[in-house]
Amino acid sequence: MPLDEAAVLSRVNEILAEHNGMEGPLLPILHAIQESFGHVPQAALPVIAQHLTLSRAEVHGVMSFYHDFREQPAGRHVLKLCRAEACQSMGADRMAEHAQRRFGIEWHETTKDGAVTLEPVFCLGLCACAPAAMVDGRLVGRLDEARIDALAEELR
Amino acid sequence: MKIYVPGDAAAKALGADDVARAVVTEAAARGVEVTVVRNGSRGMIWLEPLVEVVTEYGRMGFGPMSVADVPALFGDIEAHPKALGLTEELPWMKRQTRLTFARVGVVDPLSLKDYELHHGLKGLRRAIAMEPAAIVQEVTDSGLRGRGGAGFPTGIKWKTVHDAQAPQKYIVCNADEGDSATFADRMLMEGDPFTLIEGMAIAGLAVGATKGYVYTRSEYPDAVSQMQKAIEVARAGGVLGTSVLGSGRAFDMEVRVGAGAYVCGEETSLLNSLEGKRGVVRAKPPLPALEGFMARPTVVNNVISLASVPVIMDRGAAFYKNFGMGRSHGTMALQIAGNVRFGGLFETAFGLSLGEIVDDIGGGTASGRPVKAVQVGGPLGAWFPRELFDTPFTYEDFAAKGGLIGHAGLTIADDTVDMLKMARFAMEFCAIESCGKCTPCRIGAVRGVETLDRIGGGDASGIPLLTDLCETMKSGSLCALGGFTPYPVMSALTHFPDDFTATHKEAAE
Repeated sequence: MPLDEAAVLSRVNEILAEHNGMEGPLLPILHAIQESFGHVPQAALPVIAQHLTLSRAEVHGVMSFYHDFREQPAGRHVLKLCRAEACQSMGADRMAEHAQRRFGIEWHETTKDGAVTLEPVFCLGLCACAPAAMVDGRLVGRLDEARIDALAEELR
Repeated sequence: MKIYVPGDAAAKALGADDVARAVVTEAAARGVEVTVVRNGSRGMIWLEPLVEVVTEYGRMGFGPMSVADVPALFGDIEAHPKALGLTEELPWMKRQTRLTFARVGVVDPLSLKDYELHHGLKGLRRAIAMEPAAIVQEVTDSGLRGRGGAGFPTGIKWKTVHDAQAPQKYIVCNADEGDSATFADRMLMEGDPFTLIEGMAIAGLAVGATKGYVYTRSEYPDAVSQMQKAIEVARAGGVLGTSVLGSGRAFDMEVRVGAGAYVCGEETSLLNSLEGKRGVVRAKPPLPALEGFMARPTVVNNVISLASVPVIMDRGAAFYKNFGMGRSHGTMALQIAGNVRFGGLFETAFGLSLGEIVDDIGGGTASGRPVKAVQVGGPLGAWFPRELFDTPFTYEDFAAKGGLIGHAGLTIADDTVDMLKMARFAMEFCAIESCGKCTPCRIGAVRGVETLDRIGGGDASGIPLLTDLCETMKSGSLCALGGFTPYPVMSALTHFPDDFTATHKEAAE
């Protein structure tokens, strides 16, 4: 369902006002917008640009540089699996294959029912209890196939 | 009854929240009055959740705890199946020299009173009574070097900022700990955030900066909220604000959160990101110490560097400098990770051999198979084979063996690891995370992946090409991302050539 543009702009303006006087406010603004909408609506970019006296291209450039910011909403849940070396040494590649098979999606994709988006992440700082994952904000250490299966049941 | 249940992210990832809830529920059911403290982690991650019960003899440890183990805590605790004895007496704890991490896992992280009871704020009080130049001299004399990886003397950096004239200066804490196998910054911010605040306040007084930023990662939600809460408490307690501990001198700080770009751990890229720009690397000069955040003189230091300052100011430069070996003074928080039996954080003076760290402290692999290789210093660090396990853990000795200690993270891998695959991963990671500013990194990493695929397909003529490419990336890249990616690649190729031959691939298939 597309967001109501007037509602988006009104919330964006509130967020911009909250960040007045801040040094280097663009990342905090983009984080706040994403927290409000689950993604950064394209309609917000020109408003941000004008407020910060930047060009729209500059704001787009910043947004697209960082992996965190989404142009489109994610699924209802986001499952992040760590792909970094410490997790690899404990079978992260096997976990990734299992999750991709179980959910039937590749990296950055969302299940057809819109329940789960699968994202790679490079290090959650849980390297001594690898492999690690993050489900929405919740951390999981010593991930195994059974845990992924349980998550698949839970995240509907 | 007072019970400690760690609130550290690793402990939570292993079920600490459920255990904490079970403790409260069980206590209520039994009519026992209980205070639950969510402390940091002691660093013994294989024992997490590590619950501690305060007894007349000291804090008794129990772990790894599950919800099912909770009721027995209220019975004869010495007979508890998960009883470990007094935490402080465990061999892993007794072998350490905890200076920077002295309070982590011990105190209630958000209690300023607890912090002061454990020597907190002594360094800051001493600094307030000193001339700024004398603080800088003390840090210089301690021999402290950048713990983020580059190893640049912290005092020299501070002196440059101290001597610079400007209407505004900044302290920026680089808490963008993106290296695999590193979690010391996270553990410190979650387990003892006031130490970082105190270190930054001292840095501010020393160089004349009134504003500080902690730039950390969106992948660390617990550390972010813990730092934010601690800053509020520190403000309310007069540690931060217009008059630091009544000194009449101002220092305040805030937390900023990155957005998933690894390259932002590089200091100039971090500064751009903090300013709200793309996290593209800046060419040096100008040095950030002269033209850093908002083109003002800026100290950019790693979490552990700044968090080591309070103990240096409290106990004196000579005390700190006496630990270590050669030109690597003080202690380092080793992070032992990956396929390891006893993984966690172990703070010790520089100079242990890699073998002691991996075999004695880490206890070898978790899988029980032989250790094949250890990557030291994160994704940009070299892989060390067993033949180099006699290398002492110092900045210089690791550099002499074609490696680096970086942020002191160690990824241990057993004999099932395919080193060609790890070399390919290093190039792939560099390609994904390159900021795009310089060609050797942006294009080189992509070509590196292709060349490694050729070698993996049995084309040995790719090997000299890969070697040449690594030379170009090493000498031609602007920052450590492109410049150091050759370390894992070339160390894999040099020490494990068999993994790069066609016969090995055929044997594997």
